[in-house]
Amino acid sequence: MGAQAHHHEESFVSKYVFSHDHKMISKQFLVTAIVMGIVAVMLSVFFRLQLGWPGESFAILETFLGKWAPGGVLDRNAYLALVTIHGTIMVFFVLTGGLSGTFSNLLIPLQIGARDMASGFLNMLSYWFFFFSSVIMILSLFTEGGAASGGWTVYPPLSALPQAMPGSGMGMTLWLISMVLFVVSSLLGGLNYVVTIINLRTKGMSMTRLPLTIWAFMVTAILGVLSFPVLVSAVVLLLMDRTMGTAFYLSDIFIGGEALDVTGGSPILYQHLFWFLGHPEVYIVLLPALGISSEVIATNARKPIFGYKAMVGSLLGIGFLSFIVWGHHMFVTGMNPFLGSVFVFTTLLIAIPSAVKAFNYITTLWQGNIRFTPAMLFSIGLVSTFVTGGLTGIILADSALDVNVHDTYFVVAHFHIVMGMSAIFGMLAGIYHWFPKMFGRMMNTKLGFAHFWVTIVCGYGVFFPMHFVGIAGAPRRYYEYSNFDFLGSVMDLQPLISTFAIVGAIGQLFFLFNFFYSIFYGQKSVQNPWMSNTLEWTTPVRHVHGNWDGPLPEVHRWAYDYSNPVHDADFVPQTTPALSGEEVH
Amino acid sequence: MKLLILLVVVLGLVAAVQLSKVYQLSISLRGKREEDISEADNRLNGGLFLAFMVAFYVSFVVLLVKYGSYGTPPASEHGVAVDRLMDFNMAIIFVVFFIVNTLLFWFSAKYYHRADRKARFIAHDNRLELIWTVIPSVVLAIIIAYGLQTWNEMTGEASEDALRVELYSKQFDWTARYPGADGEFGQANYNLITPMNALGIVTEDGVAAALTEIEEKIAKVEEEINYEKGHLLAEWAAIEAELNDDHGHDDHSHDNHGHDDHGHDAHADDHGDGKQALEARMAEIEHMLESDKVNILTEAAFEAKEDKLYRLIRHRQRIQEIRNFDFDGELTAWESGMDDQIVKGEFHLPVGREVEFVFRSRDVIHSAYMPQFRAQMNTVPGVPTRFKMKPTITTDSMRTVLENPEFDYVLLCNKVCGAAHFNMQMKIVIESQEAYDTWLSEQGEFIVKEGSEEPEMEQASAQKESQTITASL
Repeated sequence: MGAQAHHHEESFVSKYVFSHDHKMISKQFLVTAIVMGIVAVMLSVFFRLQLGWPGESFAILETFLGKWAPGGVLDRNAYLALVTIHGTIMVFFVLTGGLSGTFSNLLIPLQIGARDMASGFLNMLSYWFFFFSSVIMILSLFTEGGAASGGWTVYPPLSALPQAMPGSGMGMTLWLISMVLFVVSSLLGGLNYVVTIINLRTKGMSMTRLPLTIWAFMVTAILGVLSFPVLVSAVVLLLMDRTMGTAFYLSDIFIGGEALDVTGGSPILYQHLFWFLGHPEVYIVLLPALGISSEVIATNARKPIFGYKAMVGSLLGIGFLSFIVWGHHMFVTGMNPFLGSVFVFTTLLIAIPSAVKAFNYITTLWQGNIRFTPAMLFSIGLVSTFVTGGLTGIILADSALDVNVHDTYFVVAHFHIVMGMSAIFGMLAGIYHWFPKMFGRMMNTKLGFAHFWVTIVCGYGVFFPMHFVGIAGAPRRYYEYSNFDFLGSVMDLQPLISTFAIVGAIGQLFFLFNFFYSIFYGQKSVQNPWMSNTLEWTTPVRHVHGNWDGPLPEVHRWAYDYSNPVHDADFVPQTTPALSGEEVH
Repeated sequence: MKLLILLVVVLGLVAAVQLSKVYQLSISLRGKREEDISEADNRLNGGLFLAFMVAFYVSFVVLLVKYGSYGTPPASEHGVAVDRLMDFNMAIIFVVFFIVNTLLFWFSAKYYHRADRKARFIAHDNRLELIWTVIPSVVLAIIIAYGLQTWNEMTGEASEDALRVELYSKQFDWTARYPGADGEFGQANYNLITPMNALGIVTEDGVAAALTEIEEKIAKVEEEINYEKGHLLAEWAAIEAELNDDHGHDDHSHDNHGHDDHGHDAHADDHGDGKQALEARMAEIEHMLESDKVNILTEAAFEAKEDKLYRLIRHRQRIQEIRNFDFDGELTAWESGMDDQIVKGEFHLPVGREVEFVFRSRDVIHSAYMPQFRAQMNTVPGVPTRFKMKPTITTDSMRTVLENPEFDYVLLCNKVCGAAHFNMQMKIVIESQEAYDTWLSEQGEFIVKEGSEEPEMEQASAQKESQTITASL
């Protein structure tokens, strides 16, 4: 037993609140993200009620939303606020903070063989900025005019002018402040992750032996460090336009019976800045999920991940390309068509590394010995949704086609299948897989099965029909569609979609119950329940400061020696020295 | 009721926890562990993947048959090309979608875990990997080339004789503007927007009318500020205090002989006039306080009024700048707006003629989306945008095609712009050139006339000023 283990008794505050320990911080991120996720899912159920059965009264809406749903019918402004906050929470708080924050924190030190992050203090700050950012975002729901309502991208001038809509008042200011804090959190975290991975790998853990999770977290962190500062610029300039009378994004505006004293700014400038973050952000969300699924799929297929080098290469390729494609969100802003062509080209290039990844996953399954743990189910679901959602990206990347489906339900379908399903599946896979590592107990497998099957059926049930709604020409962010005859019968799909959404949301209770129940009463975990090769399973079940009781483990091989015929067991931990004459990766 | 629901939820939760504990105890007694997935469970999940795949494909086909028609057929020339490109891309996507999902679910079902098997150890295969790098690259190259070709055709320059129509967006409606007989749009400036001139078109009368309106607003706010009771009372009290104070000051200076005599005399003269003026002002204030224009404002509201006054004065200044500088040497710019035609509610276009839309926005970003024409462009305040298209099917023909006598083409807003975003629409009518000409001739020309109730003097001075400018051009 090492010296760290009983160094001194920690107080409750330093152990559970202001902890510097990466494992505790990771749990803090996860629980915060789950709470935020519950809020965001509930918001989506509320607005799906309105979209499925427009104008009908639902008592539940009045119970939860009060004056925003007088008589149980959702208010128009409140509808936009719900849509906006749902998107914001899901993209930033669940899929960025929650996904990357939880698993980068948990796995980076454990899988590279480090005692903790490079800076435990910065890591703690990262969580607390995230926490206060979350609190402010939630508080913004309770402001007088309601929360920010211009969509999660908060394009000015709509978001810059309080007179444009009620949600552009105090709620919008809080949104912007929350976002600045969020970016601080993300930068503190990201820098820490990169530094830790580069400097603190244990002996023998060369870059080419890193598990793919770590590669994914590193590329994610680099993307975040390079792109989030640009969001801060965008947000700060917007704050200045709102409060100090500047006109970075405003020009020639007449609103509320008044010609504003603004000239020379451009609303399009904001969009360039926003999407310079916004598109890498899509991959900040997705790459950790892909990293997690690589690990889970290899472990449970009992096979090496197919094409390790190609997987790393495609991660790097996607990461690089993600910086030069942001303009595909702006084909219809009046951007020069030639510039548009360049973005068409770069965007479609991303399909190549993505295709490589998809085929590599599938080949990993081929002739495997697949153990369907809940984590494995979600990882396979991830591959399916990654492909299904990714393919429609080809349509949206083609500017000539985007003109017709831009900002329609087709887009909603596309990014929800990629982010709302694929990335969320990655996160859930991660939770099921590393729950024993986080809490020392097992989650219930049967409930996990039920959770997966309800979620994939309902997820596709919600988002797949939306493609057809979108191609018929239904714009997103509409409060109702009854004013448009041309949509005709395709609107019959709306109640179906809402039904799936509600059932899917209720199905998450399988998970929530399982998660919180198992923290306290789950079956006690053994040290390496999944018979996995990576280093985190060589640490004791009980959490100790510094992760390993004795000296740090030494690594002798890559993470994917599953079913290696040279060995008898179907897994060979990274700490196993090479047999005489064995060629190790 | 709420209490009851809460009770049920709490009891349900307790029951679930207890049930789970019992379940867990039972499997522990049998020595089972959560991570041991039985062969039956593995087979079940594998089978479920296959079942899911079949159900997924069947629903896909049903959706495709029922709703896969892209809404309405394309009603523009480029729309046909867009739909063809869409079909091409969709075909590729379908193939990949089916192949990949089938392999994924099939492998999942086939290779479920069995204790007596060992997975095949295969870490990579350069030939295979090369294949699935090169094939997607080639396919994408084709997609890119075809897509960009269509894109270039869509976004090229509009032809010389294209009809030009301006679409103007504001919360929450659309206005269309036709350039009139001269084929030129009059210039527009957001500072000139008045109820009479919703698009802010620059004409001599337009500038004058905007000035008149702003003067009125300034006068009104000034009046509100001048007649604020608290400030009037404070001013009155201050004058009274000053008068009293001056009295004392006079006494004091009498005691100091030889102290700057000359200055003192001057002061005394001033003082006499000043005193008179102050007394006059006091009387005026007293009179004002009795008028019914008196209002009471909080300090914050008063400051807001002062801010507003400042902004209005800036606005007036900007209008004056337009008058002075914008149109130096370009007499036509004053005139070309006069015959512009402005329509609301619906707008018409001739079939078979290219039209170039110019988009402007008054307040926030909107997006002009015409789904039946496969056309969309954002409207951005301060940044005009363009889109060209050639309608190919008249409204009547489309009604016949769709067997729907109620059908209408529609322009709608597709960028969230506020509470009524979802109902910001305008009807589009495509008709023969003759019908279009008739319709257009029925639309009045745009001329801003000042309201008759304007004070004569202002009107005259505005006229005089504009004459001066015309002369100087």
